[in-house]
Amino acid sequence: MSVFDYFLRHPNEVLDLTLEHLWLVGLSTLLAVAVGLPLGILLTRRPAWSRAVLGSANVMQTVPSLALFGFLLTLPWLREQRADYLAILALTLYALLPVIRNTHAGISGVDPAVVEAGRGMGLTDRQLLLQVELPLAAGVILAGVRVAAVISVGLATIAAAIGAGGLGEYIFRGVAMVNDQLILAGVLPAALLALAADFGLGLVEKRLRPAG
Amino acid sequence: MSDAVIELRNVFYALDSRRVLVRDLTLDVRRGETLVLLGRSGSGKTTTLKLVNRLLEPTAGEVRVEGRAARDWGPIRLRRHIGYVIQEVGLFPHFTVERNIGLVPAVEGWTPARIDARVRELLELVGLDLAWGSRYPRELSGGQRQRVGVARALAADPPILLMDEPFGALDPLTRADLQREFRALQQRLGKTIVFVTHDLREALLLGTRIALLEAGRLEGVYTPAEFLNARQGLAADYVAALRTAEKTTSS
Repeated sequence: MSVFDYFLRHPNEVLDLTLEHLWLVGLSTLLAVAVGLPLGILLTRRPAWSRAVLGSANVMQTVPSLALFGFLLTLPWLREQRADYLAILALTLYALLPVIRNTHAGISGVDPAVVEAGRGMGLTDRQLLLQVELPLAAGVILAGVRVAAVISVGLATIAAAIGAGGLGEYIFRGVAMVNDQLILAGVLPAALLALAADFGLGLVEKRLRPAG
Repeated sequence: MSDAVIELRNVFYALDSRRVLVRDLTLDVRRGETLVLLGRSGSGKTTTLKLVNRLLEPTAGEVRVEGRAARDWGPIRLRRHIGYVIQEVGLFPHFTVERNIGLVPAVEGWTPARIDARVRELLELVGLDLAWGSRYPRELSGGQRQRVGVARALAADPPILLMDEPFGALDPLTRADLQREFRALQQRLGKTIVFVTHDLREALLLGTRIALLEAGRLEGVYTPAEFLNARQGLAADYVAALRTAEKTTSS
């Protein structure tokens, strides 16, 4: 039986797990942007903090993902929460670094002469950020979001280990049953999701790159 | 002096106890004049300029603008009262020429029609065809960019203009063009201008008075005629260097 036969025979199950996967990745990426973008901006205003914050986000990346998911299950209040929320928390922590780093790098990379001219002509901090710095850094920031989303699609397969669902279900089941078709049933849609996320965000990124 | 628009009183600016960039500077800029700050790199010219629009705050001493301590102006109000032009121009690369020029009027809440009229007026004033308005800065030559930079600084009609080597990065012919037009503009608009340069020729051509700076100290303030007739001191050295250069090129 090929993996495509499997898809044809269980279309609803495949669709459900793909949607679960999308929910894990989508929400964690959104949360990472919601936290990482302001944090990245803050670091450009408080350069002294950037080492500490970027350092912690870096350390977060080095924690093996399986360990992080498992670790969350042992924490007092957290272990009583829904498994998919725990998975989203873990995925968000991983996605933070690329978002923070690229926001910081994007804004720091804006031509200093442009910033000085803006300040010198009497733009407020807010006007400078919204009209000049963020638009000019948008491409770099979105490149970070793109990396975060693509990494999340892969990492989210591990979420099945703590019962959070998603396409990892197939992979873990297939590994347990030594069934390569079942593993592929998880891998193929995940790979397609990653490609779609990369392509879609790539298009947005292209549109956001400043004309200059 | 009642007609002083900008007053610096015993102003110091230091990064730390050893690096003092401006030392005990006292200087007046009179209404309608073009005061040139002349000096070599590191003499404190740019620092002095930034102390006027509060991009830097003096370590000691006082800066007054229009008779009021710069400290008491909000930095934003002060900067919108003072046009600022820098050598690298610093046009916003993601805005068209029109939006670059119209940004301050826009944040000041002018109506679109009024902004549009002002942008047209300014493009004409700095000698740019109206068609350039819809272009992006990267499509412009260096000279055109600097014209836009000047137009942008004039947008909200500030009575004071600070210019930091605005023509320094241009080729000699474009530079001469812009200097000539700048003189005409200066007479037409009657702004109070502080102009930074390291080029004595430019200082003599454009300045009503020349303030000579060296290592953060004011060496003296001269009219162009006084400067050329200086018999001793740093001013005389500058003139000698200029004459030598002219002699070498003419022989």
